[in-house]
Amino acid sequence: MSVSDQGAKRGVYRRFVSYIDRTREYYAAQGYERPYSWAQFDDAPFTPLPGPLSELRVALVTTASPVGKQTASDGVLRGGKEVWSGSTDDPPEALFTDDLAWDKEATHTDDVESFLPIRKLSDFAEAGRIGSLAPRFHGVPTDYSQRRTIELDAPEILRRCREDGVDVALLVPL
Amino acid sequence: MSLVARHLEANGIATIVIGSARDIVEECGVARFLFSDFPLGNPCGRPYEPDMQREIVGYALDVLSNATLPRTTVQTPFVWSEDDSWKQGYARVDAESAEKLRKAGEARRARQAKARPTD
Repeated sequence: MSVSDQGAKRGVYRRFVSYIDRTREYYAAQGYERPYSWAQFDDAPFTPLPGPLSELRVALVTTASPVGKQTASDGVLRGGKEVWSGSTDDPPEALFTDDLAWDKEATHTDDVESFLPIRKLSDFAEAGRIGSLAPRFHGVPTDYSQRRTIELDAPEILRRCREDGVDVALLVPL
Repeated sequence: MSLVARHLEANGIATIVIGSARDIVEECGVARFLFSDFPLGNPCGRPYEPDMQREIVGYALDVLSNATLPRTTVQTPFVWSEDDSWKQGYARVDAESAEKLRKAGEARRARQAKARPTD
Protein backbone atom coordinates (compact mmCIF):
# COMPACT_ATOMS: atom_id res chain seq x y z
CA MET A 1 0.00 0.00 0.00
CA SER A 2 1.44 3.37 -0.96
CA VAL A 3 1.78 6.18 1.56
CA SER A 4 -1.04 8.10 -0.09
CA ASP A 5 -3.33 5.05 0.05
CA GLN A 6 -2.56 4.80 3.74
CA GLY A 7 -3.48 8.45 4.16
CA ALA A 8 -6.86 7.78 2.61
CA LYS A 9 -7.62 4.73 4.73
CA ARG A 10 -10.28 6.03 7.07
CA GLY A 11 -10.60 4.53 10.48
CA VAL A 12 -7.11 3.07 10.28
CA TYR A 13 -4.90 6.15 10.09
CA ARG A 14 -5.50 9.48 11.79
CA ARG A 15 -7.22 11.62 9.23
CA PHE A 16 -5.95 15.09 10.02
CA VAL A 17 -2.39 16.11 9.23
CA SER A 18 -0.01 16.64 12.14
CA TYR A 19 1.81 19.77 11.10
CA ILE A 20 4.00 19.56 14.18
CA ASP A 21 5.30 16.17 12.99
CA ARG A 22 5.48 17.26 9.37
CA THR A 23 7.53 20.42 9.98
CA ARG A 24 9.83 18.66 12.43
CA GLU A 25 10.65 15.99 9.83
CA TYR A 26 10.97 18.57 7.06
CA TYR A 27 13.54 20.66 8.96
CA ALA A 28 15.34 17.55 10.24
CA ALA A 29 15.80 16.54 6.58
CA GLN A 30 17.49 19.93 6.07
CA GLY A 31 19.89 19.18 8.90
CA TYR A 32 18.14 21.17 11.65
CA GLU A 33 18.15 18.60 14.40
CA ARG A 34 16.72 20.65 17.23
CA PRO A 35 13.00 20.76 16.48
CA TYR A 36 10.89 23.89 16.89
CA SER A 37 9.10 23.87 20.22
CA TRP A 38 5.48 24.87 19.57
CA ALA A 39 3.53 26.81 22.17
CA GLN A 40 1.90 24.44 24.65
CA PHE A 41 -0.34 25.27 27.60
CA ASP A 42 -2.41 23.08 29.90
CA ASP A 43 -4.99 25.75 30.56
CA ALA A 44 -6.87 28.00 28.13
CA PRO A 45 -8.48 31.33 29.09
CA PHE A 46 -12.18 31.69 28.31
CA THR A 47 -14.41 34.78 28.10
CA PRO A 48 -18.14 34.09 27.75
CA LEU A 49 -19.93 36.25 25.19
CA PRO A 50 -21.06 39.45 26.94
CA GLY A 51 -24.48 39.27 25.24
CA PRO A 52 -26.20 37.98 22.15
CA LEU A 53 -24.01 38.04 19.06
CA SER A 54 -26.62 40.19 17.33
CA GLU A 55 -25.61 43.02 19.67
CA LEU A 56 -21.84 42.55 19.58
CA ARG A 57 -19.06 44.05 17.50
CA VAL A 58 -16.80 41.57 15.71
CA ALA A 59 -13.20 41.98 14.52
CA LEU A 60 -11.19 39.86 12.08
CA VAL A 61 -7.49 39.05 12.46
CA THR A 62 -5.28 37.55 9.73
CA THR A 63 -1.69 36.37 9.36
CA ALA A 64 -1.46 37.77 5.80
CA SER A 65 0.35 41.02 4.95
CA PRO A 66 -0.55 43.98 2.77
CA VAL A 67 0.69 43.80 -0.82
CA GLY A 68 3.63 46.07 -1.58
CA LYS A 69 5.19 46.12 1.90
CA GLN A 70 7.53 43.17 1.48
CA THR A 71 11.24 43.14 2.10
CA ALA A 72 13.80 40.63 0.79
CA SER A 73 15.46 38.42 3.37
CA ASP A 74 17.70 35.43 2.67
CA GLY A 75 16.68 35.55 -0.98
CA VAL A 76 12.90 35.50 -0.40
CA LEU A 77 10.30 38.23 -0.07
CA ARG A 78 8.76 38.55 3.38
CA GLY A 79 5.77 40.45 4.67
CA GLY A 80 6.06 43.20 7.27
CA LYS A 81 7.08 42.33 10.82
CA GLU A 82 4.64 44.70 12.46
CA VAL A 83 0.97 44.52 13.38
CA TRP A 84 -1.07 46.32 10.71
CA SER A 85 -4.72 47.17 10.07
CA GLY A 86 -6.94 47.71 7.06
CA SER A 87 -10.44 49.04 6.46
CA THR A 88 -13.35 46.60 6.38
CA ASP A 89 -15.34 49.14 4.32
CA ASP A 90 -12.87 48.66 1.51
CA PRO A 91 -11.78 44.98 1.63
CA PRO A 92 -8.42 44.23 -0.03
CA GLU A 93 -8.63 42.44 -3.37
CA ALA A 94 -5.33 40.66 -2.64
CA LEU A 95 -2.98 40.09 0.27
CA PHE A 96 0.64 38.95 0.39
CA THR A 97 0.91 35.36 1.64
CA ASP A 98 3.96 33.95 -0.19
CA ASP A 99 6.06 33.92 2.97
CA LEU A 100 3.50 31.96 4.99
CA ALA A 101 3.45 28.19 5.38
CA TRP A 102 0.33 27.22 3.43
CA ASP A 103 -0.04 24.32 1.01
CA LYS A 104 1.25 25.77 -2.24
CA GLU A 105 0.82 22.46 -4.08
CA ALA A 106 -2.81 21.85 -3.19
CA THR A 107 -4.34 25.32 -3.30
CA HIS A 108 -3.85 29.08 -3.75
CA THR A 109 -4.74 32.27 -1.85
CA ASP A 110 -6.05 34.38 -4.75
CA ASP A 111 -9.49 34.62 -3.15
CA VAL A 112 -9.05 36.71 0.01
CA GLU A 113 -12.47 35.62 1.31
CA SER A 114 -11.14 32.06 1.62
CA PHE A 115 -8.99 33.20 4.56
CA LEU A 116 -10.23 36.69 5.49
CA PRO A 117 -14.04 36.70 5.13
CA ILE A 118 -14.72 40.43 5.45
CA ARG A 119 -17.58 40.39 2.95
CA LYS A 120 -19.25 37.38 4.58
CA LEU A 121 -19.14 39.05 7.98
CA SER A 122 -20.48 42.30 6.49
CA ASP A 123 -23.40 40.28 5.11
CA PHE A 124 -24.00 38.75 8.56
CA ALA A 125 -23.94 42.25 10.07
CA GLU A 126 -26.44 43.48 7.50
CA ALA A 127 -28.68 40.48 8.22
CA GLY A 128 -28.52 41.21 11.96
CA ARG A 129 -26.74 37.99 12.90
CA ILE A 130 -23.91 40.03 14.44
CA GLY A 131 -24.21 43.54 15.83
CA SER A 132 -21.55 45.05 13.59
CA LEU A 133 -18.25 44.40 11.91
CA ALA A 134 -15.43 46.50 13.36
CA PRO A 135 -14.21 49.28 11.04
CA ARG A 136 -10.74 47.71 10.88
CA PHE A 137 -9.37 44.22 10.44
CA HIS A 138 -5.89 43.47 11.80
CA GLY A 139 -2.83 41.62 10.60
CA VAL A 140 -0.37 39.91 12.90
CA PRO A 141 3.03 38.65 11.70
CA THR A 142 3.83 34.97 12.11
CA ASP A 143 6.91 35.16 14.26
CA TYR A 144 9.38 32.39 15.07
CA SER A 145 9.71 34.07 18.47
CA GLN A 146 6.74 33.29 20.70
CA ARG A 147 8.03 35.89 23.14
CA ARG A 148 7.69 38.59 20.50
CA THR A 149 4.11 37.53 19.73
CA ILE A 150 3.17 37.42 23.43
CA GLU A 151 4.91 40.62 24.53
CA LEU A 152 4.49 42.88 21.49
CA ASP A 153 2.01 41.73 18.88
CA ALA A 154 -0.80 40.30 21.02
CA PRO A 155 -1.01 43.42 23.26
CA GLU A 156 -1.04 45.61 20.14
CA ILE A 157 -3.93 43.62 18.63
CA LEU A 158 -5.76 43.93 21.96
CA ARG A 159 -5.15 47.69 22.04
CA ARG A 160 -6.53 48.13 18.52
CA CYS A 161 -9.56 45.92 19.25
CA ARG A 162 -10.33 48.00 22.37
CA GLU A 163 -9.93 51.21 20.40
CA ASP A 164 -12.61 49.91 18.01
CA GLY A 165 -14.95 48.78 20.80
CA VAL A 166 -14.67 45.12 19.79
CA ASP A 167 -16.42 42.38 21.82
CA VAL A 168 -15.52 39.33 19.75
CA ALA A 169 -12.64 38.41 17.45
CA LEU A 170 -12.40 35.83 14.66
CA LEU A 171 -8.77 34.89 14.13
CA VAL A 172 -7.85 33.11 10.93
CA PRO A 173 -4.28 31.82 10.54
CA LEU A 174 -3.50 30.63 7.02
CA MET B 1 -2.17 33.30 16.07
CA SER B 2 -3.36 31.05 18.91
CA LEU B 3 -1.19 33.08 21.27
CA VAL B 4 -3.00 36.24 20.19
CA ALA B 5 -6.38 34.53 20.72
CA ARG B 6 -5.33 33.54 24.24
CA HIS B 7 -4.24 37.10 25.03
CA LEU B 8 -7.53 38.59 23.82
CA GLU B 9 -9.48 35.95 25.71
CA ALA B 10 -7.55 36.62 28.95
CA ASN B 11 -8.41 40.31 28.56
CA GLY B 12 -12.15 40.03 28.08
CA ILE B 13 -12.54 39.64 24.31
CA ALA B 14 -14.20 36.39 23.26
CA THR B 15 -12.48 34.66 20.34
CA ILE B 16 -12.69 31.87 17.84
CA VAL B 17 -9.84 30.57 15.71
CA ILE B 18 -10.78 29.23 12.27
CA GLY B 19 -7.90 27.08 11.07
CA SER B 20 -6.60 23.96 9.38
CA ALA B 21 -3.55 23.09 11.54
CA ARG B 22 -5.49 21.27 14.21
CA ASP B 23 -2.57 19.95 16.22
CA ILE B 24 -0.81 23.33 16.41
CA VAL B 25 -3.92 25.17 17.63
CA GLU B 26 -4.97 22.47 20.09
CA GLU B 27 -1.44 22.04 21.47
CA CYS B 28 -1.42 25.76 22.28
CA GLY B 29 -4.96 25.69 23.65
CA VAL B 30 -7.58 28.27 22.68
CA ALA B 31 -11.09 29.01 23.88
CA ARG B 32 -12.95 28.07 20.68
CA PHE B 33 -11.66 26.48 17.49
CA LEU B 34 -13.43 25.76 14.22
CA PHE B 35 -11.38 23.16 12.39
CA SER B 36 -11.45 23.09 8.56
CA ASP B 37 -9.85 19.85 7.41
CA PHE B 38 -8.48 21.56 4.31
CA PRO B 39 -4.98 22.20 2.98
CA LEU B 40 -3.39 25.13 4.81
CA GLY B 41 -4.41 28.38 3.12
CA ASN B 42 -8.22 28.44 2.89
CA PRO B 43 -9.69 27.74 6.34
CA CYS B 44 -12.79 29.82 5.51
CA GLY B 45 -13.70 27.73 2.48
CA ARG B 46 -12.52 26.76 -0.99
CA PRO B 47 -11.50 29.75 -3.15
CA TYR B 48 -14.38 31.29 -5.09
CA GLU B 49 -17.01 29.17 -3.36
CA PRO B 50 -18.94 31.89 -1.52
CA ASP B 51 -21.75 29.59 -0.36
CA MET B 52 -19.31 27.29 1.42
CA GLN B 53 -17.46 30.29 2.85
CA ARG B 54 -20.70 31.74 4.19
CA GLU B 55 -21.56 28.43 5.84
CA ILE B 56 -18.14 28.13 7.46
CA VAL B 57 -18.28 31.66 8.88
CA GLY B 58 -21.81 30.84 10.07
CA TYR B 59 -20.51 27.76 11.90
CA ALA B 60 -17.88 29.95 13.56
CA LEU B 61 -20.64 32.29 14.80
CA ASP B 62 -22.60 29.25 16.07
CA VAL B 63 -19.59 28.04 18.04
CA LEU B 64 -19.06 31.53 19.46
CA SER B 65 -22.66 31.61 20.67
CA ASN B 66 -22.79 28.06 22.02
CA ALA B 67 -19.41 27.13 23.50
CA THR B 68 -19.42 27.07 27.29
CA LEU B 69 -15.93 25.73 27.97
CA PRO B 70 -12.42 26.50 26.70
CA ARG B 71 -10.76 24.13 24.19
CA THR B 72 -14.04 23.69 22.35
CA THR B 73 -13.21 22.29 18.91
CA VAL B 74 -15.85 21.88 16.22
CA GLN B 75 -15.04 20.47 12.78
CA THR B 76 -16.80 21.71 9.65
CA PRO B 77 -18.60 19.03 7.60
CA PHE B 78 -16.67 19.86 4.42
CA VAL B 79 -14.01 17.68 2.83
CA TRP B 80 -11.47 19.06 0.37
CA SER B 81 -11.60 16.23 -2.13
CA GLU B 82 -12.91 12.69 -2.50
CA ASP B 83 -9.66 11.16 -1.37
CA ASP B 84 -7.20 12.42 1.20
CA SER B 85 -4.13 12.26 -1.04
CA TRP B 86 -3.49 16.02 -0.62
CA LYS B 87 -2.62 15.28 3.01
CA GLN B 88 0.59 13.58 1.91
CA GLY B 89 1.89 16.56 -0.05
CA TYR B 90 2.70 19.32 2.44
CA ALA B 91 6.38 19.40 3.52
CA ARG B 92 6.78 15.86 2.26
CA VAL B 93 10.09 14.14 2.85
CA ASP B 94 10.70 11.11 0.66
CA ALA B 95 13.62 9.44 -1.11
CA GLU B 96 13.28 11.88 -3.97
CA SER B 97 13.26 15.09 -1.90
CA ALA B 98 15.61 14.07 0.95
CA GLU B 99 18.85 14.83 -0.89
CA LYS B 100 17.48 18.11 -2.24
CA LEU B 101 16.42 19.19 1.26
CA ARG B 102 19.77 18.24 2.78
CA LYS B 103 21.56 20.40 0.20
CA ALA B 104 19.11 23.28 0.67
CA GLY B 105 19.76 23.22 4.43
CA GLU B 106 23.52 23.24 3.90
CA ALA B 107 23.30 26.13 1.43
CA ARG B 108 21.12 28.12 3.82
CA ARG B 109 23.50 27.63 6.73
CA ALA B 110 26.43 28.65 4.53
CA ARG B 111 24.60 31.84 3.49
CA GLN B 112 23.79 32.62 7.11
CA ALA B 113 27.38 32.01 8.25
CA LYS B 114 28.60 34.37 5.52
CA ALA B 115 26.11 37.06 6.52
CA ARG B 116 27.07 36.83 10.20
CA PRO B 117 29.45 39.59 11.29
CA THR B 118 32.93 38.35 12.22
CA ASP B 119 34.95 39.59 15.19
